[in-house]
Amino acid sequence: MKILVCVSKAPDTTSKISFTDGNTKFDENGVQFIINPFDEWYALVRGLEIKEANGGNVTVLNVGGAENDPIIRKALAIGADDAVRIDTKTDDALYVAKQIAGYAKQNSFDMILFGKETIDYNGSQVAGMVAELMNLSYVSLASKLDMNGNNATIEREVEGGVEVVETSTPFILSAAKGMAEARIPNMRGIMAARTKPLAVLPAFDATASTKIKSFILPQAKSTCKYVDAANVEELVSLLHNEAKAI
Amino acid sequence: MSILIYADSNNGTLTKNAFEAANYASQLAQKSGDKAIAVVTGNVSGLDQLGKYGISKVLHVANSELNNFDPQKIAQVIAEASKNENASVIVFAHDYSGKSVAPFLAAKLDAGLVSGAISLPNTDNGFTVKKSVFSGKAFAEVEVLTPTKIISVLPNSIAKVENNVTPEIVDFAVSLPSTNLKVKEIKKESSELSLTEADIVVSAGRGLKGPENWGMIEELAHEMGAATACSRPVADIGWRPHHEHVGQTGLAIRPNLYIAVGISGAIQHLAGVNGSKVIVVINTDPEAPFFKAADYGIVGDAFEVVPKLIDAYKKFKASQN
Repeated sequence: MKILVCVSKAPDTTSKISFTDGNTKFDENGVQFIINPFDEWYALVRGLEIKEANGGNVTVLNVGGAENDPIIRKALAIGADDAVRIDTKTDDALYVAKQIAGYAKQNSFDMILFGKETIDYNGSQVAGMVAELMNLSYVSLASKLDMNGNNATIEREVEGGVEVVETSTPFILSAAKGMAEARIPNMRGIMAARTKPLAVLPAFDATASTKIKSFILPQAKSTCKYVDAANVEELVSLLHNEAKAI
Repeated sequence: MSILIYADSNNGTLTKNAFEAANYASQLAQKSGDKAIAVVTGNVSGLDQLGKYGISKVLHVANSELNNFDPQKIAQVIAEASKNENASVIVFAHDYSGKSVAPFLAAKLDAGLVSGAISLPNTDNGFTVKKSVFSGKAFAEVEVLTPTKIISVLPNSIAKVENNVTPEIVDFAVSLPSTNLKVKEIKKESSELSLTEADIVVSAGRGLKGPENWGMIEELAHEMGAATACSRPVADIGWRPHHEHVGQTGLAIRPNLYIAVGISGAIQHLAGVNGSKVIVVINTDPEAPFFKAADYGIVGDAFEVVPKLIDAYKKFKASQN
């Protein structure tokens, strides 16, 4: 099995979110960056499990600058065999998808795994775009992936339930909770990661389809109105008369 | 020119989110003087209901091959419809279906996609849409640079405008690509209310001390016609199923009313719920960070407050009849 896992860099979930340059840039000052949790916990780990069961190779792919190398090394420490970074900016999903598809078309993978979305831009876009650009089947929001030879049985979340779908390699999948359990890299993995190959490739030609003009922080809620625990009727009345929520 | 929507269905009925997309598109169409047109796939009934939110034409591809969800085929249908109707903007709901199909279509049409939009486009200077980013901790104004624009709208973010139109319903035939995807079965999670579509959500966390204590949460939810949710720790230790987990790494929801019981309100949990219109927090700890994000708070023991709330709500409901 030749498996490609696409990983993004994202700010740690506890990061304070603020902006600079007239609210046009995310303020990275003091922010700890991690592998996007959906990419790491679910897509990467399930890819490694499939490789361990079936043999093969797991390549991690990141689109971005050299500042992303630490998170790529972490993916290698968790167990990926090699890594590729396409050296370019990542301002637009379709642009990133074209980078990934450009690379993946030159290297025949049996499956390309993504996390369901990044926790910064929450686009949930790139995986589906790559599927179209490569004309491959796509299963989004997958919570389970079982391989039997080249055939895949996949469970995906749908409104009010789970859909079981079947496909065969090659295919594209975006992984959600349930797919695998997060792995913590051990010392051996961390040491090995230092010498695993990380190829840096130039960008494929493409143009951006969207542009972020500015960021806005939400306004703080007006202060919480407290209701006495002994007077719960008052809460119901406030929800009805004041908040018009019931 | 026209504004196109994908009106999703479930078991032959249009989903609530199909009307969210219709509402968004017709408000946009009214502004730009275009027609709002819906695309429906598979055997679906009740299509004229889309007129309630201003859809004037429905393209119905009643091909049973589309009864099962395959984003590749649906994207093909919408691409054809978009060409026929000269669509300038294509609108999806940012839900399970929209998240699958919209990116496919964006790549197919080489169109910019804004996913998770929470406002109508600002067309004063270009075409800019506000969306939620950093898991609800901020917003971004995103400009779409391509001639065709695709938007997936977060449910419950645009006020509904009813606009009674009788839509023209047209059979639309598209030759579908052969794909390598087969739906084997759909396992329904009983008949519980869908969490992302619910107007009211009752959620609980570790403060409940054990899975055996969820009876009162379910009873309150049942009385209020609400869906139930939980915090991440509770799903991780197996007290509640994973699909109930709301937060940054679970589901993001935007109900009208979110009632959080025994949840401290870690930043990751807030990220999944701070799009809620009204938040009620019930917690024994007056210092719980969730109170800072709440509209109404009760400092008290869940085991005393929740049963009282059930009684109070029952009384209220009786008084309304």
